Amino acid sequence: MENAIEIRGLSKAYGQLKAVDSVSLEVEEGKIFGLLGPNGAGKTTLISMLVTMRKPTSGKAFVNGFDVSKDASAVRKSIGIVFQDPSLDEDLTALENLEIHAAMYGVPKSERHEKIHKLMGMVGLEDKIDVRVKTFSGGMKRRLEIARGLLHEPKVLFLDEPTIGLDPQTRAGIWDYIVKLNKTKGITIILTTHYMDEADKVCSRVAIIDHGKIIAVDTPENLKNTLGGDVISLKCEGGEACITDLSKQNWVKSTVKHDGIVDVRVEKGEEKIPIIIKMAEGHGVKVDSVSLRKPSLDDVFLHYTGKTIREGEADPREAMRLRRKAFKGRH
Amino acid sequence: MATNINFNRELEGIYAMWKREMTLFFRSKSRLIGSLAMPFFFLAILGTGMSGMFAMPGGGNYLQFIAPGIIGMILMFGSMFSGIVVLMDRQFGFLKETLVAPISRLSVVTGKSLGGASTAMVQGILILAIAVLLGVQIQIANIVLLLLFMFLISMMFVSIGIMIASVLQDMHGFQLIMNFLIMPMFFLSGALFPLSSAPGALQVATMADPLTYGVNGLRFLLTGTSEIAFPVCLAVIGGLTAFFITMAMKLFNRIEE
Repeated sequence: MENAIEIRGLSKAYGQLKAVDSVSLEVEEGKIFGLLGPNGAGKTTLISMLVTMRKPTSGKAFVNGFDVSKDASAVRKSIGIVFQDPSLDEDLTALENLEIHAAMYGVPKSERHEKIHKLMGMVGLEDKIDVRVKTFSGGMKRRLEIARGLLHEPKVLFLDEPTIGLDPQTRAGIWDYIVKLNKTKGITIILTTHYMDEADKVCSRVAIIDHGKIIAVDTPENLKNTLGGDVISLKCEGGEACITDLSKQNWVKSTVKHDGIVDVRVEKGEEKIPIIIKMAEGHGVKVDSVSLRKPSLDDVFLHYTGKTIREGEADPREAMRLRRKAFKGRH
Repeated sequence: MATNINFNRELEGIYAMWKREMTLFFRSKSRLIGSLAMPFFFLAILGTGMSGMFAMPGGGNYLQFIAPGIIGMILMFGSMFSGIVVLMDRQFGFLKETLVAPISRLSVVTGKSLGGASTAMVQGILILAIAVLLGVQIQIANIVLLLLFMFLISMMFVSIGIMIASVLQDMHGFQLIMNFLIMPMFFLSGALFPLSSAPGALQVATMADPLTYGVNGLRFLLTGTSEIAFPVCLAVIGGLTAFFITMAMKLFNRIEE
């Protein structure tokens, strides 16, 4: 099978900060590939280089066989992009937005209207075609952007946080479209998200990225299986001594503390719960609640990075960007 | 990026960008009315009000004198504003969509400039019509040259607007530009008073104002007399327009994200 994306030692540096640090990656055609990581991990920068918005500091990347540094125009023609932030002209109607896109991407005039109507139907906006985007809800705007990204029939569709800021029901709807697209049209989809459970459901492969580096790449299934066993989550306060004691036991694979919760990975969790509770009591730690589950992608992330995906959001550049956005939002 | 340029697609992109500017302009009635209000009041109130106390060398009243100045003013305001609107496109994200499209940035900026200049032309022509209705007499023979010269002025200022928008980060600097660039350029241009009646130092400043040559050129084409000879005005405006278009394209090319 052909590779839709091939990345070799790709880096992007801003002064001292390496936003993307010699990343190598391959994505097969026709897959849904997820880039997972906290804000500021380098996902968006990596994507910006793949869509030729930013120039790599070093390394090579090929999209649909075109070199992103040398053949930007060919790359652009062959991909669709849905950005993290909205990029519609809200004073124009949905149709006008799509027509501008069609013109810039060279969609033949004779096919434009039919394609636009078909896509608007696909994303459930056929009755909103002549309505100004200003009046759309967040989910409608996102769907319109997906339709726009598909208008020139790209082979690869990039989706940067396609469901961020949307309510759970709309999120589920967007993922349905994405999966359907991939299945019916065979479009390769590269997405970033920090909703791990959603990535788990839709992605055929995922890469975990942190501090600009790829830490693990595999199917969600394999990643969870490498962790193996069960995860016992204990809600309790303090208990440092107990954690140290636990991690010394040979039947404990790992212990991680985050947000007032201690995750203990073990085999046959149901048999270990009483033992752990007894140990905690021995250390004078009061356990508020206990739960037992199979490892999720969140646990995989925690395992590789030592933090939960939400704790990792401390990059100053990203934080500044968010603050700037919040500030603008007040006007 | 120079490889694989598709001429048709570039042209279509330019047309799409131009059409967008026109659509947005005619859609926003408040912008259209708002932009015409001030020049209208200048003509209707200041122009007619001062007519009695002002005698132009070689005849003609004050309204006749300021009409070209007010047309220059609206061309500058209108086109500079459309240039600066690039900032809002960036803020609301639409700029990104155009920057990742497989057409060159040259086409994006060309389409935007032509669109911005066209909307300024619409405003300029409306003000010209209002001036004629108020009694300003114009030289019909020059009308084609007049429209071309108006377009040149618009292209110059839309380029200056795009330059500014490419350098600024957000709309906060807009007020500063309005107060320290646009208003002084207007007042120094000789739109409201003859350059020869100003003190020496002020006269030097007026010579450094691009709009001075615009207003004087317009005045020649409309009324047949001006303080600066028309060929000089045309040469200066032509040269500056070429220079600012080049600069705008350079700076716009540098926008990342």
